[in-house]
Amino acid sequence: MNFVYAAGISAIMGCGIYLLLSRHTMRILLGVMLLSAGVNLVIFLAGRIGPNPPPIIEAGSYTLSPEAANPLPQALVLTAIVIGFSLVAFASALALQTFRTSGTLDQRELADAEALGSPYESKTEGSR
Amino acid sequence: MNLLLSQALIWPVVLPLATAALCALAWHRPAIQRWISLGGLTLMLAASILLLVQVETEGTQTVAFGSWPIPFGIVFVADRLGAAMALITAVLALAIAVFGLADIRRRQEHAGFHPLYLGMIAGVAGAFLTGDIFNLYVWFEIMLITAMGLLAIDRTRTQLDGTIKYAVLNLLGTLLFLLAVAILYGVTGTLNMADLGRVLSESEPSAALALVAAMFLVAFGIKAGYFPLFFWLPASYHTASIVVSAIFAGLITKVGVYASFRVFTLMFSVDEGGIRELVAVMAAGTMLFGVFGAAVQWDIRRILSFHIVSQIGYMMLGLALATPAAMAGAVFYIVHHIIVKANLFLAAGAIYRATGTYDLRKAGGLMGSHPILALLFAIPALSLAGIPPLSGFWAKYMVIDAAFADSAHWLAGVGLFVGLLTVFSMSKIWVEAFWKTPPLERKHARRVPMAMLVPMAILGLVTLTIGFAPEPFVLYADATATSLLDPKTYIEAVLGPQAGLDLGEQQ
Repeated sequence: MNFVYAAGISAIMGCGIYLLLSRHTMRILLGVMLLSAGVNLVIFLAGRIGPNPPPIIEAGSYTLSPEAANPLPQALVLTAIVIGFSLVAFASALALQTFRTSGTLDQRELADAEALGSPYESKTEGSR
Repeated sequence: MNLLLSQALIWPVVLPLATAALCALAWHRPAIQRWISLGGLTLMLAASILLLVQVETEGTQTVAFGSWPIPFGIVFVADRLGAAMALITAVLALAIAVFGLADIRRRQEHAGFHPLYLGMIAGVAGAFLTGDIFNLYVWFEIMLITAMGLLAIDRTRTQLDGTIKYAVLNLLGTLLFLLAVAILYGVTGTLNMADLGRVLSESEPSAALALVAAMFLVAFGIKAGYFPLFFWLPASYHTASIVVSAIFAGLITKVGVYASFRVFTLMFSVDEGGIRELVAVMAAGTMLFGVFGAAVQWDIRRILSFHIVSQIGYMMLGLALATPAAMAGAVFYIVHHIIVKANLFLAAGAIYRATGTYDLRKAGGLMGSHPILALLFAIPALSLAGIPPLSGFWAKYMVIDAAFADSAHWLAGVGLFVGLLTVFSMSKIWVEAFWKTPPLERKHARRVPMAMLVPMAILGLVTLTIGFAPEPFVLYADATATSLLDPKTYIEAVLGPQAGLDLGEQQ
């Protein structure tokens, strides 16, 4: 069971890392999204998943039954999903704005920051 | 009043967070935001001083949120290191906010500068004070998203380019961090840092733990700009507006350094599994490549950005040796470096104001037209280069002396050599911007406003104080290093006195 999960997660992460190596900014972002999905699944796996009843306290008792699912990883994954979503949303907006101002998302052509104060030749002014 | 004192620990985080919310409420009134922001940061400074006094007199402070029994809920912990870092954060945030009065433009304020700035400060303070490893991840992300907003605030081509590089590599770093936390939770079943320290000291070394340690090192390495993971830093820091560059230079990378200090003293030990050798090589690489990168640049901000990297190497050197003297040197170095580095970026902003350029080839003649600025630049520049009797001399002396004492002669040699090259970079800025006759003669010198000079003078004064009266700072750093290297005190302060008993022989 765990092995199947682990294999699935490593496939997802492998795809994510492959996309990260691309020059195209959107592909890089997709890679980050896949990686973050993979990490979220690892958190789940770390909480020992199995055919457990949901972590709900039965009427009349004060504690969880011992075989109930671990609720903590779910809380952690939820937090991580929310954070990951906001970061990816920001990064996509950033990519969109870059495309609007520079007309390209190819990392080879996006070198405005590197050109500032470069020792070789002063192409751009030293302004912002 | 009672609540204020018993919970002094949460105020350095809550105050900037609340101030950020207030600023967001006054979204269309930048003038109001400006004063709310200054007021909030002043209160934060007061709260941090209170916290430091409390930690000094009563020992490590702990607050558990939501009345969950420790170690199940989220805790905030302030030991000597955390409290000192919170205080230095508050000092720097206030000084840079005052500088911002003269430098931040209306357009940037309308784009949300103040809420983002305060949110970032809250994230930094939260990272320094939290005692929960998952919570640390959350603060890292708060810091990251506000930092990206600040970095791209003008939406120019250079800024967008820099922000993408910053965003992708830092996202990768935080994902690695989260992955490490997930595996660590799977192995130990706890997220409380003190509890992790207790559990890990008793557990057998395993492949999973070695992997976690390696991932922590890489994740914090990306954040802090360790060799060979620092390339995003000089690719992005110089594009931001100078106020933003200054606060980034001072604080953001140091959060990564702080996190690696915390994790590799409390949870893992550098002695095990070859981490020490790895960190030592990384430290040497960080020092050397940072300073080499700076040597060829002409943009002041890029020179300074590369120097952040090289200075981080000295702090890593402390971690690599992990003797009490070396750790004390590293802690002293962090405090000195935060003040000096931010001050140098502020000086770069003032140079820009006076000459209209960051490019050293086009600047010049400031010695004659702006002698006060020259003096205010000279203090942090000489201090960064380690000229006695300024703070940088004591910081370098402590670290390099510890390296010799631990007979790590090659590391000490690298440190001395890099110090020499730092002098070269600083004198390059000095000669080009201050001594050289300017390529374009101006009829009227451009004035540098008081709001820029005063924060620089105050930070310079702090540098001079540390330089001329280093003893209290050295003593504090020594005490910090001793408690860092003896995690029992931290664990007992959080989990209660009996928790430390069963790890008596550890360390």
